[in-house]
This record gives sequence, structure tokens and C-alpha cells, in this order.
Amino acid sequence: MIGFIIRRLAQSLIVVLGVTIVTFILLHLLPGSPVRAILGQRATPLAVHQLTVELGLNKPLPVQYGIWVNNLVHLNLGYSYKLDQPVTALLGQRIPKTLFLVGTSLVLALLIAIPLGVLMAVRRNKVDDYFLTGLSFIFYSMPSFWLGILLIGLFSLTLSWLPYEAPQDQVNVFSQLNGMVLPIATLTLVTIALFSRYMRSSILEQTVQDYVRTAHAKGLSKNAVLFGHVLRNALIPVITLVGLCLGGILSGAVVVESVFNYPGMGLLFYQSAVTDDFPVLLGVSVVVAVATVVGNLIADILYAVVDPRIRYV
Amino acid sequence: MSPASQLSPVSGEITLEGGDVITSGSFGRMILEVFLQSRLATIGLGVIVLMVLFCFVGPLIYHTQQIYNNPNVATQTPSLAHPLGTDEVGYDVLGRLMVGGQSSLEIAFAAALMAVSIGVVWGAIAGLAGGLLDAVMMRIVDTLLAFPFLFALILLGAIFSTSILELIIVIGLVAWLVPARLVRAESLTLRVREYVQAVLIMGGSRRRVLFRHIIPNTVGTVVVNATFQIADAIIFVATLSYLGIGVPPPATNWGGELASGLSYIADGYWWLIYPPGIAIVLTVVAFNFVGDALRDALEVRLQRR
Repeated sequence: MIGFIIRRLAQSLIVVLGVTIVTFILLHLLPGSPVRAILGQRATPLAVHQLTVELGLNKPLPVQYGIWVNNLVHLNLGYSYKLDQPVTALLGQRIPKTLFLVGTSLVLALLIAIPLGVLMAVRRNKVDDYFLTGLSFIFYSMPSFWLGILLIGLFSLTLSWLPYEAPQDQVNVFSQLNGMVLPIATLTLVTIALFSRYMRSSILEQTVQDYVRTAHAKGLSKNAVLFGHVLRNALIPVITLVGLCLGGILSGAVVVESVFNYPGMGLLFYQSAVTDDFPVLLGVSVVVAVATVVGNLIADILYAVVDPRIRYV
Repeated sequence: MSPASQLSPVSGEITLEGGDVITSGSFGRMILEVFLQSRLATIGLGVIVLMVLFCFVGPLIYHTQQIYNNPNVATQTPSLAHPLGTDEVGYDVLGRLMVGGQSSLEIAFAAALMAVSIGVVWGAIAGLAGGLLDAVMMRIVDTLLAFPFLFALILLGAIFSTSILELIIVIGLVAWLVPARLVRAESLTLRVREYVQAVLIMGGSRRRVLFRHIIPNTVGTVVVNATFQIADAIIFVATLSYLGIGVPPPATNWGGELASGLSYIADGYWWLIYPPGIAIVLTVVAFNFVGDALRDALEVRLQRR
């Protein structure tokens, strides 16, 4: 087990390094130099040259990458071209906001999707199963920005129950929790739609196993079999599912953050992409890659802890 | 996967099983069986056919002008002249839906084709080669997969300017990773089969094994994945358009129409918001129905094999 964890850690490190290299190369393919983006089209050639040297953009690409990695190790991710702040400070403000959004939605989604999956599996091929399956298909197939804006239309514009915008920069999220209801609801619905398709089949797969027949034959009640045996085993793949869906949930967060103008990491990434803000893009990329990789790693390890039959060599 | 289909190989008679093996060998036959058996798949296929007809044949019957703005007739409610009203620059929404659907479907099909083609070749080579090459190729896939799709799309979208061709390339470049993994897994099991070994022993080249034996045998997995890829690509295109990384006007797609319609939600212009959204949902659900049914059928077939 320890050996497995160490090997997976090493692999993860390589993956994260790979991500930084790919992002670094991609960003230098960007049309238009960031210097022009900062100084504007009418800057004098001298000013352009000075800033290019100052930012180190005249050095060879591998050297620039080396400098960046060296700084990264010292937790210095550079300085945003556009927002006049160190990238680490920006990330420090934005990451907790995204964590709050994603974390709450993930927990809520699990709390709803698991019973829903059980219900769909127990009532399979009956009207309520068809209804719920149909509903989850529709939510899965809906562009999430449409869902978010429809919710705004209903709850903010028509009913005036909730604000249409998430709490802004300087505001403590917890002091304006009603502003978080719609963003969290949107991301939760998107995540449930991601999960419930797998939950139903995961539980169905368990219901045809031999141990279920044995439990029924022993004379256990339907509920005892379902909750004591089926559910416990069906929950194991959910761990992997959360790990696998992490990327999808983070992608959903980008959309939700832009719809509700919620100043989290996703909105930061999107805005930096539009304004060619290299250091911020690189910083967010690293954080997102680390989050995804660590998420998968934890899922793998938990999987082995929860299910003793699984042994890694 | 129904319990009955799992049990059949055990309880089935020998003659019956023999017959099964022969029919299940034909992929075309399998697809036909899927559509005969699964009502959802049939509905899905029906919706897809209708959508394609609507987008590509519709404009031949229902003529509209989709190039020049006409502010005089902007944001009109649905009427006889404009069954779905007009949008903020005066385009007829029904006609716009057809034109937008063309590019949505074209981008989705082409991106899925590109993703699957790269994925198949990459995965099949990695699986067949094994060893160091396999390890390196799959670590590259892992690395790129660590980057959530939408982040990668935004990054690539910022680099490429946006035309239909570039959108296809951007989505294709991001989406090939999953089919690459699936095909590699299958290629690993295929390369140790007797018939593949036999070809190699008889002096057949690796290229022949790859293109004549391994890739054709992964076609089931690939078709299933391609179906889901098309569904996902339609959503990706829509999301990118919402984020402003879409095709510039007068070209459009369902996502772009939906995104620009949504800015009028406070004005109650429902005909700008629901038609493109419903078109997206219908099409994506349809492709998912077909994909699910194909996957179920394929899993049963793989179990029998």
C-alpha cells in the first residue's frame, strides 16, 4: 500500500510538471505579445523593448520556464499583468471562494444523487424511474449557463426572491448567503446530472449479484437487503466517480462563476484568458491540475481503504 | 444490462449459442438489433434524423435572409410571417435556428471524427507497442487529462482565433484523450489473441496487425464513444459561444443564439431563449440515448466474446 502511494505520488508529480510545460508552451503560442497588451498599441518601440526585457520575455523559452519553475518552488507565481497584484495573492482570494462553491455543491449533490440513484434502481422501469431518468438526461444535456440564467429568470426576475449576482469581491460570502443560493443550486443540479446516471447503474449492477440473492433467501426484508448490503457496495464506485468527475465539476464552476459574476478561480481564469494575462493563467492552471490530480489520487487510495478486496501491488 | 442477457450464455443451448456468436460478429447487424430492441435508441435516432433534415433541408423550403441585419423588424413576437419571431438584429429566429444548427452539427460531427481518429490511432499504437512507448504515450494522455476540458478549451480558444474550422480543431485536440484510453485498453487485450499472434508469426507486419486486425476490432467501442463525443461537442460549442469564444457573426450556432438571446431574459423575449436551448437539449439527449443503447449492446457482445 505504501509503495503504491509513493508510486502514484511520483506519477502525479510528473503529470503536474507536464501540465505546466504544456501550458507554458501553449501560452507562448498566443498571438500578440503580452507587452503590447499591457502598454497598448501606441507604445514606442523603446518602451516595448524595455518591458520585454523587464518581464524576461526575450530569454529563450526553456530559460523562461526554468525561472518560472524555480519561482514556483518558492511559491512565487509572478505578478499579474492586468490586475496589479501578485498571482499568489489573487489565488489566495479566489481559491477559497471556488472551494466554497464547489465543496458545498458537491456535498449537496451527493446527498441528493445517492438516494435518487437508489430510488431509480429500486423502481427501475416504472413510471417514476422513467421520469427521474428523463429529468437527469435533460439536466445533463442542458448547457449549464442556460440552466443558471433560467434560474435567475425565475427566482430573481419573476419572483424577486434571490439576488441575480453572487457576493462580490470585498464582501464576506457568509454575510450574503442568499446570493450564493442560485450559484450553488446551479452547480448542484449540474453535478447531480453527472452523478445520477452512474449511481443508478451502479446500484442495478449490485442487485443482480449472488450475495443479494443469498440475503433475500435468508429471509431479510427488502429494506435490510437494500440498505445493509446493496447500498454499501454500490457506494464504493461513487468514490471513483467523484474523483473522475472533479474536472467536470471544476469546468461547471467556470461557467457558474461567469453566469453569476462570482469572483472565484474559474472567472479569474476566463478573464485572464481573454486579456492574455500569462502569469495568472499559468498559476490557475497549476492549481487546477494539482486539484484534479490530488483528487484522483485520494479517490484511488480511499478506494483501497474502503474495499479491502482491492489490493494494489 | 439486464439480468436475462447476463444469464443467457450459461443457460442457452449449444446450437443457439453457436448462432449467437455468428450474428454478434457483424457490427452492422448489432446496430440494427439495437434499434429494433431499444425504443429510446429508435426515438433518439428519429430525433437526430429530424434535426439534420430541419437544419440542412429546412432552409431549402423555408427561405430566410440570414446575412444582413434588419433593425426595423428586430425582436418581433412570433407571427405568421415569423413563426418564431425575430432576434435583436432582425433575423428570423426559425431560419436562424436552421443555420445555427448546421454549424453546431457540423462542428460536433467533425470534432468527434477528429477526436476519435486521433484517439484510435494513438491508443491502438500504444496498446500494441507496449513497454516504454506505451508508458510514455499514456503518461502524455494522463497529463493532458489532468486539465479539465473547459479550462483546456478556454486556453486553446484564446490562442486560436475563432472560425468553424478552428473550433473543430480546438475541440478535437481536447477530446481525443478519452477514446485514446478506451482503444488502448482494448488493443492490450487484442494483441495477445491467437489470430494476432498468428499474423505476427507468419511474418505479417505490425502495421498490418494495427490496421487490419486491431483497429477494426475496436470499432464498437469507437462508435459508442463517438456518439457521446458528438453530444458533448454540441454543449462545448454552446458554452464556448457563451464565453465569447464562438464563431463571429453572421455565422452562428445554437449556443451563440442562446447566449445572445439570454441577455434579453429581463425583457421577456422567450422566443430568443427557448427555441435554441430546446434544440440543443433535444439533440444532445438523442445522441445520448443512441450512445447508451449501443454501449449496452456492445457490453453484452463483449461478454459473449
